[in-house]
Amino acid sequence: MSTIPGLSRPTPVPNDLTKPFWDACNERRLVLQNCTACERLNYPPTQRCSQCASPDNFEWKEVEGKGHIDVFFVIRDSRIRGFRDAQPVNFAVITLDQDPGINFLSNLPGTPSGEVPVGAPVELIFEETSTGQLVHEWRVIT
Amino acid sequence: MTSDTSWMRNREGAGIWEHRGKVAIVGWGQSHMDRRWDGVSLDRSCGGLTKEACLKAISDAGLSLDDIDGLITSPETRAEQTWAPRPYFDPPYDTEDGLTKASAEWIQRELGLKNVKYLKSDAPYIGPMMGQAAQAVGDGLCETALVWYPMVNLEGRYGHNNPQNIDQQAPGASAFTLPWGYQNGAMFNNLVVFQQYCQKYGKTHDGLAPLCLNLRRNGLLTPWSYYSLFEPYQLTREDYLNGRVIEEPLVIYDCDRPINTCAAFIFTTAERAKNLRQKPVYVLNHAQNNGTGRSTMATLEEHQDAVASLARKMWEGSGLGPEDVDIFNPYDGYLTFTQQFLEGFQWHGVKWGEAHDFYADDIRVEGPHPFLSSGGNNGTGRNRSVLFSDSIEQLRGTAGARQVTVKAETALAGCNTPDSCGFLMMSKYPS
Repeated sequence: MSTIPGLSRPTPVPNDLTKPFWDACNERRLVLQNCTACERLNYPPTQRCSQCASPDNFEWKEVEGKGHIDVFFVIRDSRIRGFRDAQPVNFAVITLDQDPGINFLSNLPGTPSGEVPVGAPVELIFEETSTGQLVHEWRVIT
Repeated sequence: MTSDTSWMRNREGAGIWEHRGKVAIVGWGQSHMDRRWDGVSLDRSCGGLTKEACLKAISDAGLSLDDIDGLITSPETRAEQTWAPRPYFDPPYDTEDGLTKASAEWIQRELGLKNVKYLKSDAPYIGPMMGQAAQAVGDGLCETALVWYPMVNLEGRYGHNNPQNIDQQAPGASAFTLPWGYQNGAMFNNLVVFQQYCQKYGKTHDGLAPLCLNLRRNGLLTPWSYYSLFEPYQLTREDYLNGRVIEEPLVIYDCDRPINTCAAFIFTTAERAKNLRQKPVYVLNHAQNNGTGRSTMATLEEHQDAVASLARKMWEGSGLGPEDVDIFNPYDGYLTFTQQFLEGFQWHGVKWGEAHDFYADDIRVEGPHPFLSSGGNNGTGRNRSVLFSDSIEQLRGTAGARQVTVKAETALAGCNTPDSCGFLMMSKYPS
């Protein structure tokens, strides 16, 4: 379960497209689609490369779990049931160091809500959801 | 968004719009407005309000029911839930069609429209829908189109009845957003972009206060608005700054208020418009954006690129430029994104990063920079149609207490968000 008190994350449901990504998460690895023609990472997964539009040149590539906090705000009145008991909750955007055009969402476990060090480096962690499926999360490097 | 986008002007390089000045808006009707449908009053259901708005628009144009040969509407009524499984009523209120939506077929039947040859019930939301209506008339699919856009609000907290927000599973694309609390709709990504904007330009959330207060003021100058009808008092800066926090720093006053209402418009050919009751408001161009960002969250740079592209498409198709736009009514559903339109279209010379300074200047309707003279959705309730109806009224010279004192010969209006929207350029003159 999440290390954020009261938080019950909705659980990802893998499909044909996203199963390799979620399987890798369960192995505590972060893999992204990489278009070998464009040499460009792609996240979230899509059927076609957003640059060359081809579906044929994707491979799964493991990336280093290092990033930085771009911006954040604080969820105080969520419409999502699983978040309502955890409020206030950080909602941050993380850019991937390997390619800052790729961004991830994070609730920054371990960082008190509203006390987010914008621009700080973060590292990849994983949190368990109710089905046991792991999801990728980010933690401020202290 | 509708699946057929072939009619859209969503790419640069399309040149002057082929129907520039040959299509006109000649009628507008606004129904009564409530905070919510009470679930009992059938004349205040979606169908009831739509009939009211349509009949008003037809009357406003000086037309008869037999003049209507095109019907265009959007299914996006924003009803967060359906009426069922509660009991339905007697016909024609025996299905969702009539209660929480009003299709072209339903309106054709209920109004007894005998000469309709073009029906479209799956148009996109109102921004692009207005462009689609203009294109349909220009292309000759119909001569006189009745176009309507209902907004539905039922009982319950908005968004809390959305199945996705209740379910503990995140299928498909939502698997990459929902587990971190991302909510569908315009709020979250545009708040991310707003935070990036503030970071880049050294701005803060309180810079939106003058816009919010002026929108409420303009809304109170609109007799049919939600606030005129139900909460007829002006907000103060303190009210705004102390507003209930939704997602910090976003407060309740940054969000347009869901309401229950409908607006209708009549589009026809410039030729047909000549002898009708109202001064025609000519359409000079329509343009759309339907792009997405590269990654999970679209960024400020991507939104700025999108709006800059939208502006180029609008200038290219209309033959006008930033200095030619008198009335400007971009969407304000969340105040956090309105500035992108202001800066992207460079209205009154506003450049990237300057919107908050512009808001702090004189943006009253009687002043030199009457931005969002409509009062927007923040000032009138979330109907979205006011962006267009105020533009029409300003060009007709019938906006009453909201009538601007500067020149009002052209108007630009549209919604929804910078990366997904449709805008319409209107003019008192066909060229």
